Order: sequence, then C-alpha cells, then structure tokens
Amino acid sequence: MSGTREAVLKRIRSAIGGSSADAAAREAEREVLPREYRRAGSLDADARLAMFIERLHEYDANVVRTDAARVAVAIGAILQEHGQRSVIVADGFPVEMLPDPITPKSGAAGGPAESFAFRREEKANVEDLDRCDGIITSCFAGIAFTGSIVLTHGPGEGARRFTLLPDRHLCVVRTEQVVETVPEAMDRLAGFATAPITFISGPSATADIEMMRVRGVHGPRFLDVVLVG
Amino acid sequence: MTVRVGESARALPFQKAALPLLDDAQLRKNVRHATDTIQRKRGLVVAEQTDWQELRTAASAIKRHTLKHLDTYLTQFEERFTAAGGVVHWASDADEANRIVLGLVQQYGGKEVIKIKTMTSDETRLNEALEQAGVHPYETDLAELIIQLGHDKPSHIVVPALHKNRAQIREIFLREMGLKELGNRPEDLTAAARRFLREKFLRVKIGVSGANFLIAETGGVCIVESEGNGRMCLTMPEVLISMAGIEKVIPSFEDLEVFLQLLPRSATGERMNPYNSIWTGTHEDDGPKHFHVVLLDNGRTSILADKESRQTLHCIRCAACLNTCPVYRQTGGHAYGSSYAGPIGAIFTPQVLNMEHAQSLPYASSLCGACYEVCPVKINIPEVLIHLRGRVVREQKSALDPEALGMKAMATVFGSRHRFEAAQRLARVGQWPVVSHGWVRHLPGMMGNWTAVRDMKAIPDQPFRAWWKQRQKKQEKQA
Repeated sequence: MSGTREAVLKRIRSAIGGSSADAAAREAEREVLPREYRRAGSLDADARLAMFIERLHEYDANVVRTDAARVAVAIGAILQEHGQRSVIVADGFPVEMLPDPITPKSGAAGGPAESFAFRREEKANVEDLDRCDGIITSCFAGIAFTGSIVLTHGPGEGARRFTLLPDRHLCVVRTEQVVETVPEAMDRLAGFATAPITFISGPSATADIEMMRVRGVHGPRFLDVVLVG
Repeated sequence: MTVRVGESARALPFQKAALPLLDDAQLRKNVRHATDTIQRKRGLVVAEQTDWQELRTAASAIKRHTLKHLDTYLTQFEERFTAAGGVVHWASDADEANRIVLGLVQQYGGKEVIKIKTMTSDETRLNEALEQAGVHPYETDLAELIIQLGHDKPSHIVVPALHKNRAQIREIFLREMGLKELGNRPEDLTAAARRFLREKFLRVKIGVSGANFLIAETGGVCIVESEGNGRMCLTMPEVLISMAGIEKVIPSFEDLEVFLQLLPRSATGERMNPYNSIWTGTHEDDGPKHFHVVLLDNGRTSILADKESRQTLHCIRCAACLNTCPVYRQTGGHAYGSSYAGPIGAIFTPQVLNMEHAQSLPYASSLCGACYEVCPVKINIPEVLIHLRGRVVREQKSALDPEALGMKAMATVFGSRHRFEAAQRLARVGQWPVVSHGWVRHLPGMMGNWTAVRDMKAIPDQPFRAWWKQRQKKQEKQA
C-alpha cells in the first residue's frame, strides 16, 4: 500500500510539473489569494438578532426570547407546552437555568403543572437518548445570516450523539454569541478547529421526495431556541 | 489499473441512451419539477448573498492553488490526520479502494455497514464489491435508500431519486420494507424510512462515508448533509471509513468559510443545510474509536495533468450545473451512464477514463454556458467540453475516419477566400435536390446526422459579399 502512496504522489508531481515542496513560496501564494467577500457584518445588535430569529423561524425552529433572570421559566414553559417529561441535560449546562423539576414555574397560565424529570447526560446511555422526550444544551455561537447554531461539543453542549438521537432539542443561545456572518463565526472557531464541530440549521429535514421539505428525518424533529439577553 | 466511474465503461453512447428516456413522460415531468424547484430556491438565496461573485472568485482561486500544490496538501493532511488518531490509505483505482474498505470491514469483523450518501463509493461500485464478499451495505440517505431498495440507479448528484415520484416510492417501500400499509404523503414515506433505519443506526458498528472537504491544516474532515443520517453514521458506529477523491483537500480550516457559504445555496437552495459536521481524527468518548480515510485517485491524476481541463477537479458536487442544463433537464441523469450526470459528468467521466470510454459525453451539451454561470467554483465547463471534443477527435479517431477526413477538407475550404467562394458557387448550383422553401431539412448519407436534429438555411442566391459589392457600386453611382 505504501507503493500506492508513492505511485499516486508520483503521478501528482508529474502532472503538476514537479514537487510543490517550497513552503515559503506556497505560503506567499496562498496569502494573496483573492478574498474580497464580506467578512464582517453591517447590522446593529437589534437587527442582527431580529435576522437570527427570522431565519430560525424560516427553518421551522421555535424561538423564545427572554432575559437571564427568566431563562428557567422560559425553559419550563417550553417543556410543559410539549408535554416533555423525561428530559436529559448536557453535562456542564448551568443548573440555575433549569426550572424546578417537580413544580415547574410555568408560564402557561393556569395550566395544570406537569412534573418532569431531568437526567444528566453522563448517566444516560444510547437507549435513554433514543427514548427520552428531549434534551437541553447551550451552544458555542449563532449565525444570523444563515440562522445557524454552532456547537463545539464543549461543556453544556453535549457529545455529538446527544444532540442527534432525541426528538426535541432545546438550545440556549446567549445574545452575545450571535454573529452576523459565517466568516465571523469561523473566526470565533479558529481556536477550536480540531474540536468536533456541528453546525445546526433548523431541525433535520429532507426534500428527497418531490422536493417537498419534510421536517425530521433522523435527527431531532423539533428545535427550540431560547435566546437569552 | 481499473479506473471506472460506475458502469460508464459499458454504457451506451449518450445520444442512444437518451432516446428512450425522452419518451418517458413521467420521468421528464419528475425531473423538470425537481430541477425547477431547486433552481427557484437557489435563485432566491444566491440573490441575497451580495458577495456571491467574490465568494466564487475566492473558491476558484483556493481550488486552483490547492491543485497546484496537491502533493503537499495531501501529505500535510495525512500527517495531521494520523497525529489525530486516524489512518490514511491510498488507492490508485476503484478496485484497490474497494479492497481496502472490504479489508477493513473484515478486519473489524463486520457483516453490515451503514453508509452516508457518497459519490465516490458509487464511482467505485463499492456496494457490489461488499455484497459479493457477504457484507451488507445499508444506504441511509433517503434518496439513496429509495435507489437501493428500488434496485435503481442514481440520476442526480444531490437528489439521486428525483426521477421517482411519491407513488413510485411508496410502491418500493411497501414491497421492500415488508409493510402492510403506508400513506403516500412525503411525511409518511419519510417516517417509514426513519423507522426502518433507526434500528440500524443503533446496531451497526461500521460506518462508510465520503467527504466534502479534507482540511490539510488540521487533518479534519467536513461532511454536509440534511437528514441527520450523516451525523448518525459518523458518530454512532465504532469504526468509520471515509472514501474521498484526492481533489477534496483544502489548505486551511478558514477556507471552509468560503465553501460552506457556496455549497448549500448552490446545491439545495438553502442558506445552510441542516447539518455540517467537522471533526478531526478520533475524539475521546464521542464518536468512532477507529477512523480510516481512503484517498482515491481513480483517474484524477490524468485530469490534473491536462492543464486546460484541470479545473474539472474544482468541483464540490453541488449539482447546480445539472439543474440548469437544458440537456439534463430533458433526459435526466441515466442517459449519462455514469455516477456523475449533467455537465460536470460530461467532462469528469471521459477524462478519468482517459478518453477511452464515454466519448459521447462531451457532445451532450448545447454549449449554452448556463453551467458556467451557476458554478460556485467557476469551472468553465463549455471551455472544457470543447477542449475534450478536440481530444476525442485527436486521440480516439483514426486520421482516415470519414468524419475526420470531411472536417479536414472543410478546414482547407474555409481556410481560403478563393476556395470558400468557389465552394459556395458550387453548392448554390448543386443544392436544389435537398432544398425546399429555402431550408435544408434532410441531408443524404453521413451528413444526415447533422440534419437529423436541426434544419439549415439553404445557400442564398447571392452571398453577403456580392450583395455588399453591389450596394457599394450603387452608392458610388448615386454619388
């Protein structure tokens, strides 16, 4: 097999007219490649968040905007609205953001308080993830222009399978995490380039049958975003 | 070497293969509906990306630069990927790639694999190779599942089952999944696929994928997808084997910001596809414990060697050129007899086959240029098509071929004004048997190929030059 490696490299070198080993020349060439596209956004904070919300909506995500003091209430209301009882929380997700598991401080006026149980990610196996009603995570960044959420699967963001198997994903995004453009998000990711990274843009979807968008194929069918700040 | 692209070596010439497809009204309706829908969505999201042309320029420059230094970027990727816990394999051709994958599957003791939609494995016909060795591959992309269960062939790079409508898909699922009842709404069919595959995702220990981008700087791999089947295959199994063409490498992590903006808008008309995964080697407690990448040449180095068509390797498989192509939109993908249909297939396939097969494909185009216009990495497909038509004539046809001789004679005539005018005079006198009402509709003999699909104006009584001379004389007289 090492024979193949050498043979392929030899064919490449003969095709490009010699080896490209001169690192300095290559780097110099790379540095002047045209990159005239838009890097930085131009919107103010309000317009940026409005765009983020609008585009999440267009991908069928539910969005709730709240402030730091009322996150737990907002999360409780979402869980109650969808009758989620068995909920798994990503390891490292801030506990103070979770509603009281027994008597939710529900925002659903007058509705009967349903009890829901939280479990920690580390205590849940694949079958638990497959069967639970939903999961809760934070995120690394949000991108307004594309309506995307970026995870680097650090503390609070869950392992990759965690945000994949359950039917509902509730994700908490802080307003200062939301950038406008994709290059701005990539700048923030520069220090995390070798971490596992997942961009999520709406719930999983397909248009393979007659080009009709169907939500929820193999990943979560529902994405709830709680925007804080 | 056994370079191949699907079954293209045995495929009929395009012009022959297209004929029965043109008679299939259902297929043409399905193809037109799908390509119209994607094009409309693409138009909207491309228009809102005000720096679209700058992104295209950047993408094209990055790809050109990468190919010029391909050996370095591939070895850099190999080094970083290995340091991150992965194993790199190199394959010269389709058979070697299949052997490597099969060897790995057997080494890990697998009898089944779950697959993310991958064009390269279609190119090498990996599924066949696995099945022959008793390993069952499960396609997990919805469209690929439809193709696999329907014993069909993909007809589009991004939405391979676009030639099937919901009723046809329902039939396939009922039969192959052993279901008693099934609705025919896309939601019902999608739910059936979800149920059918979920158990496989949780059980099967080996995943097989392609790759959208290999990142030299970090040794990372990037896969973009919509359904979550990709994320399932690359995080749930214990072993992941990714097969990628050598042209899939990009220099840096930062370069992704260009391609991740171009690809989803071009491919499905979305601002971003639902899931992009980027990961580097193996990660503790998250995803496969063993990760192998198979770097596939399979004729790509012969494209690299041809400077005029090297740009073919810029392709990021978005299929925008298929959706816009007036030829593809009539025939669908099966006429191309290759894993890669449409304009990009028409230039990619014959080149990797060293122009020895699929020679009809460079002619499967009206050279209208729509493909170049939409290409996110600025591949000048019409330019390459013309270049390849030249290669077909120069390399594959004998100098005594009647068409070649005819063309040579034409060139001699057209090369001199004197000879050209003499030929015109001759034709004017001699053309009467084939002219009716000022048009030539049927030419005899070999030239009939030309008039089989087009009409030609008859040679006029007075050529332009003579008319111009006459007009000048008249004006002089009046003066």
